[in-house]
Amino acid sequence: MDPWVDSYAQRAQGLTTSAIRALFSVAARPEVVSLAGGMPYVSALDSDQFADIAARVVREQGAVALQYGSGQGDQMLREQILEISGLVGVRSHPDDVVVTAGSQMGLDLVTKIFCDPGDTVIVESPSYVGALGVFRSYQCNVVHIAMDEQGLNPQSLREGLSENPRVKFIYTIPSFHNPAGLTQSSERRAEILAIAQEFNVPILEDDPYGLLGFEGEPPRAIRSLDDQSVIYLGSFSKIIASGLRVGWVIAPHGVREKLVLAAEAATLCPSNFSQLVVSRYLAEQPWQQQIKVFQELYRERRDALLQSMQALMPLGVTWTVPQGGFYSWLTLPQQLNATNMLPRAISSMVAYVPGSGFYANGQGAQNLRLSYCYPDPARIEEGVRRLSGVIEAELELVDTFGVNGDSGPTTGSAHTHIPKSDLV
Amino acid sequence: MRIAILSGGLNAERDVSLRSGRRVAEALRFEIPKAEIFELDLNADFLDSLSSDSFDVVIPLIHGVIGEDATLRSMLELKGIPYIGSSAQSSARAFDKGISAGLVPTGSAPQFVVFPQSFFREMGAPRILKSVISGIGLPLIVKPINGGSAFGVRLCASVDQVAPALVDAFGYGDRVMLQSAVIGTELAVTVIEVDGKLQALPPVEVVPISGVYDFDARYTAGATEFFVPARLNSKLIEQVCAYAILVHVTLGLRDISRTDVIVDTDGVIWFLEVNVSPGMTETSLVPQAIDAAGMNVGAVFGSLVTQAISRDH
Repeated sequence: MDPWVDSYAQRAQGLTTSAIRALFSVAARPEVVSLAGGMPYVSALDSDQFADIAARVVREQGAVALQYGSGQGDQMLREQILEISGLVGVRSHPDDVVVTAGSQMGLDLVTKIFCDPGDTVIVESPSYVGALGVFRSYQCNVVHIAMDEQGLNPQSLREGLSENPRVKFIYTIPSFHNPAGLTQSSERRAEILAIAQEFNVPILEDDPYGLLGFEGEPPRAIRSLDDQSVIYLGSFSKIIASGLRVGWVIAPHGVREKLVLAAEAATLCPSNFSQLVVSRYLAEQPWQQQIKVFQELYRERRDALLQSMQALMPLGVTWTVPQGGFYSWLTLPQQLNATNMLPRAISSMVAYVPGSGFYANGQGAQNLRLSYCYPDPARIEEGVRRLSGVIEAELELVDTFGVNGDSGPTTGSAHTHIPKSDLV
Repeated sequence: MRIAILSGGLNAERDVSLRSGRRVAEALRFEIPKAEIFELDLNADFLDSLSSDSFDVVIPLIHGVIGEDATLRSMLELKGIPYIGSSAQSSARAFDKGISAGLVPTGSAPQFVVFPQSFFREMGAPRILKSVISGIGLPLIVKPINGGSAFGVRLCASVDQVAPALVDAFGYGDRVMLQSAVIGTELAVTVIEVDGKLQALPPVEVVPISGVYDFDARYTAGATEFFVPARLNSKLIEQVCAYAILVHVTLGLRDISRTDVIVDTDGVIWFLEVNVSPGMTETSLVPQAIDAAGMNVGAVFGSLVTQAISRDH
């Protein structure tokens, strides 16, 4: 029993366990093909090389690596971060970079300095589950805005901003969206920025997958168009290793000052050890080559997912075709509910994330997210085979009882619309 | 002494089971400091490692299918390894809610039916549901026949809630029980058997704040109020304790069991289900009953360990 139940802050009320969370503990077993988690395939890295870098960091820079450091982050690393951000068109000064423990911490800090309880945050429909968790913990009012084939829909965004007076920022993942797998065109980015400027609302641009496109040049960040209205979140989690927990925020001067103070209050400073490992890796290793390795690896897995879905999925299931990143977003036949179907999937040794997790308002019952980043292509195919069987069995079940997918949370409305042109 | 605590498994109760395992392991390490205690998951390596001299005793704390039915216990019996808890045969009887509810003292199990999914499919669900609802009445409870932790359990107050509840419950297994819902005080009674002596521990009264003791109510601190001993008069408490012992004996259970009942406003005891490997997490009912009895989890499991070893020699 927890003797402090009555002592918790209101913002902790939402932090509860759930049956879904319990089901996911099964997904960790090797027998289960997990298409659920977005874990980068870090085994593609040369671990000896990392061991060597880490050893030399301690041996040669131990007095710094093992000590407290700057709250804003290591100076040299901040310069290197700008080199990486430059690949998506972001130009800035190292002073405007704040290093964080993964971009998740950046997300938390930005929300902390902008949002009082009840303030509105505009997000895509669907949106990243980890961001929704942050917004919930700061008691924000989350407003979902529809997406079309080019991501966040400008007309809906304009309506959302008009209808909600106290919007603190627009949170968007413009490239290889988690979970929708969509990417905003460059015209769309400009349009979204213009609307944000018109309403005088900043954009929080989350870009962890920007360099993991499968074709052509990486999409240019919204931040490349305006360094005053856009706060940019970047991360080494997907281009080097998520376990290092190093990400960054690039923010306008005033925001950056607040962020540094908030970061110092939260953690004093980011891990010096991790920062120096990353910094040395970037200085010594062909990191752009490694990104290419990741791109190829994930493209192969994306292809395996799409091909096996094409071959095996029952009629009526549709999905988005990602051009980069980790995810495809599925829409089930209208009568199915992805949350209710999860126990059957777990029993069949395949896991996915039900769509409702990516909404703050109970939508997404008909959707689910599949990640192709971690299992190899053969496992992906096996996972899709199992999932197809699960969907068929579920269709038979709801057919037997003549029910719709609304037996749990409400089914998706127009807001969950994913464009036909992006569906296979 | 080598003690294997088996927890985890491959069903929806994995997380609950892992927490149960950790709690018992911690208590036993304190109770029997010299024992080597292994916290193991059920997998192929574990089965390969099983031989008559691999462990002195196994404590099966895997909940649900495989852990609480005959499967795992049959394997342990085949390998001749002592374990705590009911035999494979009696666990199979207890675990199937349809069978156990039919075997316990008559007149005190709420009216119920158990149907497989194929029956609904082949005979037509509306036809069957009509008969069930007119025969059992509303409200009724829909639950998977062999699950735990309230996964897939729903209370249906109206006709239109029944079909969606069945869809949910069939996600956890192929057979589902539809049972008349009894309104009253929900109690869990732990029975411990040491040296041939059966002892019922103080009943734990469960009052979920939401009204339904579902998964969230079970594992979210503060979502359920517990009263130990239950707020019943001493005569009723005695009757409930005697009833739990009767269930334990009738089903041929061994070492430890937890019987869940409802006592209605007339003081009638209604059987819900019995668990042969009850949850041992921080919010679980058996540890609360053990505390209320002035005992501790380590001592209880310590004596069950000794008993299981001597039983097999």
